[in-house]
Amino acid sequence: MTVELRNLRKSFGGVAALDDVSLTIARGEFVALLGPSGSGKTTLLRAVAGLEFVDSGDIVIDERSIHGVPARERGVGFVFQHYALFRHMTVARNVAFGLEVRPRSRRPTARDIETRVQSLLDLMEIGHLGGRYPEQISGGQRQRVALARALAIEPKLLLLDEPFGALDAKVRKSLRVWLRELHERMGLTSIFVTHDQAEAMEMADRVAVLRAGRIEQVDTPATLYAEPANAFVHEFMGESVQFRCLVADGRAWIDGLPDIVLPNRCPSGPAVALIRPHEIGLLPGPGPARVDARHHVGPLRRVRVRMDDRVLDLPVPEGRWLPDAGQTCRLDLSQARVYPCASDAAGLSRAGDRESESPIRATMLIEENSST
Amino acid sequence: MSETAIYPSESATSAIHSGEAATQEAPATRAALTILTIVLLILLLLFPLIVVFTEAFRHGLGGIVEALAEPDAISAIGLTLIVAAVSVPLNTVCGVAAAWCIARFRFPGRGLLITLIELPLSVSPVISGLVWVLLFGANGWFGPALDRLGVRIIFAVPGLVLATAFVTFPFVARTLIPLMEHQGAAEEEAALTLGAGGWQIFRRVTLPNIRWGLLYGVLLCNARAMGEFGAVAVVSGHVRGQTMTMPLQVEALFNDYDWVGAFTIAGLLSLLALLTLAVKAVLEWRIGAQGGALL
Repeated sequence: MTVELRNLRKSFGGVAALDDVSLTIARGEFVALLGPSGSGKTTLLRAVAGLEFVDSGDIVIDERSIHGVPARERGVGFVFQHYALFRHMTVARNVAFGLEVRPRSRRPTARDIETRVQSLLDLMEIGHLGGRYPEQISGGQRQRVALARALAIEPKLLLLDEPFGALDAKVRKSLRVWLRELHERMGLTSIFVTHDQAEAMEMADRVAVLRAGRIEQVDTPATLYAEPANAFVHEFMGESVQFRCLVADGRAWIDGLPDIVLPNRCPSGPAVALIRPHEIGLLPGPGPARVDARHHVGPLRRVRVRMDDRVLDLPVPEGRWLPDAGQTCRLDLSQARVYPCASDAAGLSRAGDRESESPIRATMLIEENSST
Repeated sequence: MSETAIYPSESATSAIHSGEAATQEAPATRAALTILTIVLLILLLLFPLIVVFTEAFRHGLGGIVEALAEPDAISAIGLTLIVAAVSVPLNTVCGVAAAWCIARFRFPGRGLLITLIELPLSVSPVISGLVWVLLFGANGWFGPALDRLGVRIIFAVPGLVLATAFVTFPFVARTLIPLMEHQGAAEEEAALTLGAGGWQIFRRVTLPNIRWGLLYGVLLCNARAMGEFGAVAVVSGHVRGQTMTMPLQVEALFNDYDWVGAFTIAGLLSLLALLTLAVKAVLEWRIGAQGGALL
């Protein structure tokens, strides 16, 4: 089943939730919609399910527009963020629901329904929980019930809204692998929404990064990490160190580091250079950076470097020069990527973006802190 | 409170040892407040209730049987049941529809609709009765036209039903709106993606989720429908044996110095209130067990 999203637009009270979104998903693909809260990823998912109506654009599944098709007839499996299990029904009745509400002509017999429910529960490794109520089982088990219920109607397309959002870290890890395997085994096409870049990178064939209702980049996780299309994607896809710089004639001069020149294709003007901490090289000799501390435990070698008023925590790969505490050194930023400031500024002026960006910064800070 | 639970300070620990929390008042104050509350409860609630039943039993069980056998009394009881039997189901259907609409959708005029639903609670019941007289009475807007058609609303059963329905309209909706907002629409959306139609969703998902709240609302609605006095008094016309509901009959008998008759019917209404209270307590417990928030 191929899914084509064509120029989708949707606004809530003047604020664009989807701003000209186009995306094609191939049969059997596992695609992640990644973005901060308020970026429109859930709206996009709900539009595909028919729970939200777009203002313009078209959704095409297997060459057929489903624009006018009501949600109940789309046959798309949807797993809700908080599972939305029917609280007054047992697990087995929850899973059977999609079959029991079918018109009589297409409804399997009661016995067939029982057999199918049981085999689905077995597939989810919760075969013994059929008689329990949702409130009597754990979060991870509820997640599996929600999946079983969505799969009972034999959808070709499975949509998952933050499928692991409400689970603790340990359960989350094991469910990720399990869900990916299930996707392969059942030959599904899946789209899932997440704000966790590690989750998207680990599970998805391709990742679409959204910001303020726009798709910033769609690529495989490896490409997305290695070649981010802009500063936002760079910062969202992993730890980043930012330097302000000025571009003139295809060369970028970094503020405060006059001896570093980065060739690039940006238009002249203010720009930012972004680099991952592990891409920063340390070179011996007098320079702007001063080593505050170094940690050398087992194979892990890290230094804390102070530069003007900023502190960088950098890993030093095996075989590279490891400075001593108190030494000064030069920086090798040749792997930095330079992006024009303009696109970022335009992004910031877009409505709703300011608040949506703060959580990323916060998580990046946490990541940086936890790695020290 | 939670802070002391996590970091028991020294004073809190010593308080636990002496068997008394740090926040509690002196024993004398506590006793005085408790006694005051109990005395007030007895004076204001229990005492009147006892009076109702002792007055009813003044001539023994025979007096009560006799009072209940009066044709006017039987008519009043029957009329009250009819009025409740029409207005309660009507308000149940309207209340569920209104609550669903308000809890599930955001639309212009939603705030106004909520205010309108609650209007009968803030308007004096007498006014609630009077509007129907102004609309359908002999000198009202539609009165003469209806009169020519031979339709009687005021001083007849339809008027009683209208007035009662108006006064009791908010109960079901007001009970359901917070409950439905708390539960959210996710389960209904899940049912939709699984292929269920509107009626199937209502019957299999919405209704079972709100059933205890709905019963609670219906119960309050019924209690008010049977006990309403003011609005009904205005439209009734006080025709004995024809347009007298139980509360009106109580007043009429009381004015006739028929103490046993008045208090017998008052006793019936009080029994209804006690029954309502008991069922309400059970329902509150069920709704609490369901994790729903009430009002």
